[in-house]
Amino acid sequence: MSDYTSGYPEYMHESIRKVEETRSKRIGARFRSMTADEKEKILHDYHPDWKMDQKRALKVGSSKGQLMPHEVADIIEAHSMIKPGDIDLSKIDYDVDVLIIGAGGAGLSAAILANDNGIEPDNILIVQKLRLGDANSKMSQGGIQAADAPEDSPSIHYLDIIGGGHYENKPELVEALVKEGPDVIKWHEELGVQYDKLSDGTMLLISGGGTSRKRMHSCKDYTGMEITRVLMDEVINRKINYVEFTAAVEFIKDDMGQVAGVVLYDLDNDEYKVARAKSTILATGGFGRLHIQGYETTNHYGATGDGIIMAYRAGAHLIHLDSTQFHPTGSAYPEQIVGQLCTEKLRGRGAQPVNVDGELFVYPLETRDVEASALIRECYGRDKGIVTPSGMRGVWLDTPLIDIINGEGTIEREFAAMYRNHKKFNIDIRKEPMLVFPTLHYQNGGVEINVNCETGVPGLYAAGEVCGGVHGKNRLMGNSQLDLYVFGRRAGKAAAERAKTARIGKLTLKHLDDYEKMLKESDVVTDRKSPMILPEYRGEKTLEHQLKLL
Amino acid sequence: MENNADMVTIYVMGKKHMVPGNLTIMKAMEYTGHQFRRGAGCRGGYCGACATIYRKKGSYKLEGALACQKIVEDGMYIAQIPFSPAEKKTYDLDEIKPDAATILEYYPEVSRCLACNTCTKACPQDIMVMDYVQASLRGDLEQAAKLSFDCISCGLCAVRCPAEIVPYNIGTLARRLYARYIDGPSQHVLDRVKEVEEGKFDEEIEVLKHMSRADLKIKYEQRDKVEE
Repeated sequence: MSDYTSGYPEYMHESIRKVEETRSKRIGARFRSMTADEKEKILHDYHPDWKMDQKRALKVGSSKGQLMPHEVADIIEAHSMIKPGDIDLSKIDYDVDVLIIGAGGAGLSAAILANDNGIEPDNILIVQKLRLGDANSKMSQGGIQAADAPEDSPSIHYLDIIGGGHYENKPELVEALVKEGPDVIKWHEELGVQYDKLSDGTMLLISGGGTSRKRMHSCKDYTGMEITRVLMDEVINRKINYVEFTAAVEFIKDDMGQVAGVVLYDLDNDEYKVARAKSTILATGGFGRLHIQGYETTNHYGATGDGIIMAYRAGAHLIHLDSTQFHPTGSAYPEQIVGQLCTEKLRGRGAQPVNVDGELFVYPLETRDVEASALIRECYGRDKGIVTPSGMRGVWLDTPLIDIINGEGTIEREFAAMYRNHKKFNIDIRKEPMLVFPTLHYQNGGVEINVNCETGVPGLYAAGEVCGGVHGKNRLMGNSQLDLYVFGRRAGKAAAERAKTARIGKLTLKHLDDYEKMLKESDVVTDRKSPMILPEYRGEKTLEHQLKLL
Repeated sequence: MENNADMVTIYVMGKKHMVPGNLTIMKAMEYTGHQFRRGAGCRGGYCGACATIYRKKGSYKLEGALACQKIVEDGMYIAQIPFSPAEKKTYDLDEIKPDAATILEYYPEVSRCLACNTCTKACPQDIMVMDYVQASLRGDLEQAAKLSFDCISCGLCAVRCPAEIVPYNIGTLARRLYARYIDGPSQHVLDRVKEVEEGKFDEEIEVLKHMSRADLKIKYEQRDKVEE
């Protein structure tokens, strides 16, 4: 720190010095991984999922009784933003074979595969609330798992996933994920995705939390960004239709009970529009912007969980929404980037979480739920955290170890985004640690699907983060990236096949009336409306969010 | 938590506002009561949705930034450029070659590059934009791919280029060509795909799928782990 102006406030310098003093002793040090019993206990004592007063049983619909965070139940136990009478279903604005809602990794993959499976580009339509590619997919930093190393296998990958997910995963979905992993990487390479490789042309593979083999493929710490921009380029090259700044708000069904399209809300002119389709794929992503329990989030501006409620009103089932992923290492300082992701790859390459006294207190690569709980315990159970000027607590993530262990230049080469985003605040992560605390990261549960991405509602497919079942009750690093492409491709193929023979009947929004009746019968009294579409950060409300977190 | 930072004056599209001086441009605009539709995306420096140009009072210089990354400064005049009407050529990656001729065929304006470096100065990611444009022109796709890698396609280089080049689209073409044809596929990936297709792992996974939770738990806890 001596030859360098630290971006950390003066009062933190003593703790940073302790981190420096203990650093050499911690190199190569092994902290014992927790036993099954220890894991269970720390989750129960410290993981936000176990705060039972922060959840409630759903009062309405086919998944009635399922526990979920209040913030999620609030958008489900809510009125539709539209009254069926407001929409003229005889005026069709878009009429296609395959309609895809959402243009992140799953939606883009679905579009390409629908085209590969015989649907002409102008018979495919992607509708997107923000821009093409605006999604959590693009923000994924650390990597994508696939068992393609000689010492690895899809069955070992399977075991890592199912144990990490607390044995709640749907086995057939995990099987599809692990078996298709290598093919997804192959597909990406054919499309021109630039993966990090060793000089002999093999993939640079690293460990993640809860993985028993080095299985993480990466594109520096811009993995999702690189893959998404390649898929976007491919969708545009194929001249597949897409319309931006147009949010889906409710499904349209037909008189045979099939999903037959969607009501859209054009964000540029505040008009409703009608899209009719033979097959519809829901790929709207997650719910981080609901700020579960007031947590800050790593998620994209558009991650408001719209797809969950749309699918539920149309009759789909929900699964595993009682469990939410908190990423162990979100930024805790500086204030401007609080809650943003500090990739797990940092720990994969040797960074250690250490407390105010410079002590390593947890095995750095426990599964995310366990690791996050250990950080919360260190800050609030053992009072060994560092308090920020805004009153938040965090622990150090000792990043200088990365260059010490892997050679100088590793951080700049492999963590360009992390390095850049901290340098702006005079924090050089090659020389100083990062300050971190868990942050809301991923929607573990969601719409239930089978291996063909069918939701049980005819005509409606779903893929990506909006779905549940693949990751059980805790997802491992790099498996959501894989999930997007495995199930996005499957959805695109299945939707294309169906569209070739499907016949659409008379369009109706009767299911919204039925849902309204159910709300009444379940004694849900509220003026809430959903989906949310955009989160609210204006003026005082911004400050309210910060208040809730602290 | 109250924000005790000193207030600064900013001008959003010319309109004067007082905002806490520690906010990013994005949060400052929300503080003033603006709800983003266009102009906000990942909010973490990964998507390029919030490209912004600004000028500081008394300065003639136009500077580029991402609204989600840049902290407001006193006397800042701010305008967002959430969309750039740039030409994106379409091509079939299977049919084109990884060389300078391909770049010139799709983006002939690249040869108009004046080497003025305005693109590099405009880049909020501190990418050597001009250098990768020049590398593309030379047909050095490896250099172009590597130098352009951190590009988030915010569009600021394109709106500032006096030669009307769209550097980020050229970067995309160069990277896809490099990854597909020059770097090429990893053999161990192709080998594993073939093994999966041949059903090599079917039986093992079938056993795991039907194992009781108790047996799975034992197997999971006892699995051997490769240390990093």
